[in-house]
Amino acid sequence: MGVRRRKQDLNLLEKIYIPEILKGLALTMKNMFKPKFTMKYPEEKFIPPASYRGRPVLVMEQNGEERCVACGLCSRVCPPLAIEVQAAETVREKERYPEKFEINMLRCIFCGFCEEVCPEEAIVMSKDYELAFTNREDAIYGKDKLLVPVSQLQDRIEFLRQYK
Amino acid sequence: MSVLEIIIFTLVKIVLILTIMLLTVSYLVYFERRISAWVQNRLGPNRVGWEGVLQPFADVFKLLLKEDVVPAKANPIIHTLAPVIALFVAFATYAVIPIASPLKIFGYDVPLVVADVNIGVLYVLALTSVGVYAITLAGWSSGSKYSLLGGIRSSAQMISYEISMGFSVAGVLLFAESLRPLAIVQSQGSWMWNAWMQPIGFITFVVSAFAETNRLPFDLPEAEPELVGGYHTEYSSMKFAAFFLAEYANMIIAAGMIVTLYLGGYNIPFFKIENLGLANWLTVLIQIGTFFVKMGALLFFFLWIRWSLPRFRYDQLMGLGWKVMFPLSLINLVWVAALIMIFKI
Repeated sequence: MGVRRRKQDLNLLEKIYIPEILKGLALTMKNMFKPKFTMKYPEEKFIPPASYRGRPVLVMEQNGEERCVACGLCSRVCPPLAIEVQAAETVREKERYPEKFEINMLRCIFCGFCEEVCPEEAIVMSKDYELAFTNREDAIYGKDKLLVPVSQLQDRIEFLRQYK
Repeated sequence: MSVLEIIIFTLVKIVLILTIMLLTVSYLVYFERRISAWVQNRLGPNRVGWEGVLQPFADVFKLLLKEDVVPAKANPIIHTLAPVIALFVAFATYAVIPIASPLKIFGYDVPLVVADVNIGVLYVLALTSVGVYAITLAGWSSGSKYSLLGGIRSSAQMISYEISMGFSVAGVLLFAESLRPLAIVQSQGSWMWNAWMQPIGFITFVVSAFAETNRLPFDLPEAEPELVGGYHTEYSSMKFAAFFLAEYANMIIAAGMIVTLYLGGYNIPFFKIENLGLANWLTVLIQIGTFFVKMGALLFFFLWIRWSLPRFRYDQLMGLGWKVMFPLSLINLVWVAALIMIFKI
């Protein structure tokens, strides 16, 4: 409009309020029948896009072994020191694997540095956002909870290859 | 009818009306939350019971279990008395609003109104004025500046709008030639509603009713952004619930008064139910239904307005009350007098 409309610029119909009030009422009535934005959470779940940074997980190959070579970069880069890795030798020559891999989910800030620094695409952020614990011990996730089959993480791996 | 019989009938009517009132109030709160959600494209409370219908009971139960905190600077007696006055006024006012024509039962003619007094309208105006005390005293006795500001605003607002309300009602009284609510309803017949005959008076009365019940766009006594919670900032637990209930009960009374004074009360428009020759109890039942449908529509209008209009500024509120509503209600009075002069004599 450019010029701000003041009270003296209003015409008579606008000054007696009632037609304008009716317009407002029509607008709110129209909105009452529009589809709702609310998601009925426990029944209806939010499925995040590939760019979503949920709980960090370790990628498990088809043969049931982890990709992780226990280089320890993730634990070095982790800002709140949530990751603890202990390496061990495998039967194969010059290869290591994490004997112990723990993420403290109370510390994790979901920054995604671990997945960014990982040279092996072994740790990625999943779409899992339902994290609840009843005590502090439960919040430390070991390898049993962290290992997720690679087939479930394809979305995120594709995303990382494209944008990282 | 002997005195004992009158007492028994009145007691039964009081219990019935109170039950209906309390249920309507709790569901009014529920519908306010649902409708506000719908207007904003949300769902609203839909978890407790089917589609959240048990939500009001959960709310009341929660409030009952809360700790009652009284501020150290508050005046404990008046602080306790204020919500009691608010509730008393809210429930006592309903006594004079007729919900149907007299019911013939056990050989008696029972008027379906708790007290069929011949100064009913005056009684309502008097009691709603007492309601100002509840809010003002609550604001003053809390020992908090926000509450005090809310209380002062409320008294100024109510006094200003009571004038235009009184003058609008005077127009209705001229037509009906009676202060008795039943007579006012009967004087309107089935379609000669006062809302058609005196539209200006109808509008001024509805606007004043909004101001008297502290509803948006006139809810300055509890303007949240400026006054925290207004006059009930320092109230908690059941005392807060009492104010909350009283506020919604006042809305129901305002709706009931508008139906009685302007919208033909319990009569179905353009249709004489007496001509059908139905049994008396059936007629009464249909009339009660009509009354509640009219009242429900008005209550929906109250909620709908709330979620459509922004709040007035304080000077705008006073300006509207004194410079617009007051002259308009006077014009309406002249208009009604002219109508009577031309057509009735």
